[in-house]
Amino acid sequence: MHHNKAMDFATGLFVFLGILAIFFLVTQTSGMRGFGGEPTYEVTARFDDIGGLRARAPVTMAGVRLGRVTDISFDTDRLDAVVTLSINTRYDNLPADSIASIRTSGLLGEQFIALDPGGDPEPLAQGDVIIHTQSALVIENLIGQFLYSQGD
Amino acid sequence: MISMWQDLRLAGREFFETLGAVTRFFLRLLVEVPASLLRFGLVWQQLYRLGAHSLLIIGISAIFVGMVLALQGYHILSQFGAVDSLGVMVAMTLVRELGPVLTAVLFAGRSGTSLASEIGLMRATDQLSGMEMMAVDPIQRVVMPRFLAGVIAVPLLAAIFSALGIFGGYIIGVGLLGVDAGSFWAQMNTAVDVRTDVMSGIWKSVAFGITASLIAVYEGYNAPPTAEGVSRATTRAIVITAVAVLAINFVITAMIVG
Repeated sequence: MHHNKAMDFATGLFVFLGILAIFFLVTQTSGMRGFGGEPTYEVTARFDDIGGLRARAPVTMAGVRLGRVTDISFDTDRLDAVVTLSINTRYDNLPADSIASIRTSGLLGEQFIALDPGGDPEPLAQGDVIIHTQSALVIENLIGQFLYSQGD
Repeated sequence: MISMWQDLRLAGREFFETLGAVTRFFLRLLVEVPASLLRFGLVWQQLYRLGAHSLLIIGISAIFVGMVLALQGYHILSQFGAVDSLGVMVAMTLVRELGPVLTAVLFAGRSGTSLASEIGLMRATDQLSGMEMMAVDPIQRVVMPRFLAGVIAVPLLAAIFSALGIFGGYIIGVGLLGVDAGSFWAQMNTAVDVRTDVMSGIWKSVAFGITASLIAVYEGYNAPPTAEGVSRATTRAIVITAVAVLAINFVITAMIVG
């Protein structure tokens, strides 16, 4: 097989298409998250019950995604869940007394954290702890309460 | 009963012998990698043969696979009223599983067999011994460029496969079945993650590229120098690659998911 221009062209085209495809997969299918992406700051929130919340779940305010859950751990002293939220630094003016609650998208959908704005002029910053939290609604408990209330 | 037991023992022994020989061959190739990268012209030639010539079969297969995924996915998801998630299903299936696996199997059929029969025939017609006589190392001159080109080509082909497959799914899902284009992409963007999904697919295809190329050149290089030997080496190249890729895929997926 001899080197010629047609061969170089075809091979070059192949390599170009391959790299283009990788670029497409990385940027287009995933919306360019993960590779550092945009800078974030981390705050923590404590919950008595996180239900089915998982790492990577969205953190929203007014329905708009501001960041995501990066870590969930268990505090062995206080016996509650410590959830770390990474929030995009673009949103650096969220009131420090915002309320974090775990909600479910749809009836059986994925769980996410919704922030409701408070009135504090101080903004949330790196390392802050969100004090006011609302645990996940556990559907079994709701059904239980409903059944008992029917019995009265 | 006794003969069956003996057969089994023999087969098991042969399996481990082959596995050992392939590993030894792989280590020998690894030592030669830096030297072969210096002679990149040879790799480039093989990249043309193994990569550029596979574009058509990979592209057409990918579009058909993407289209059938969209049809099947729509059928299942519509029962749950979740057709908006069609993009997620198509992209996840392709990027994580079908892209790397099918590309590796197609590559083994399209290029692995040709590598094995080519090298096997070189052995059978004493071309490899001729090179040795002229103090040219056939591993460096013949085997390495083909092996490296395969290792480079498979991840690129797998990425092209996944991208075109998503495109095929888009044609059927959005164009034919009327899924909303916005939710097709938006749901995909929310669900697919670069590190866990896209990168795991790319690492898989690198592993499969090494597997497919290694088995092809090993079978060719060690083929008995007869017509039957070459034909058996060609068959073994695709059969062993297909089984090995599927098994390795299971192990990698279990490590990632489990």
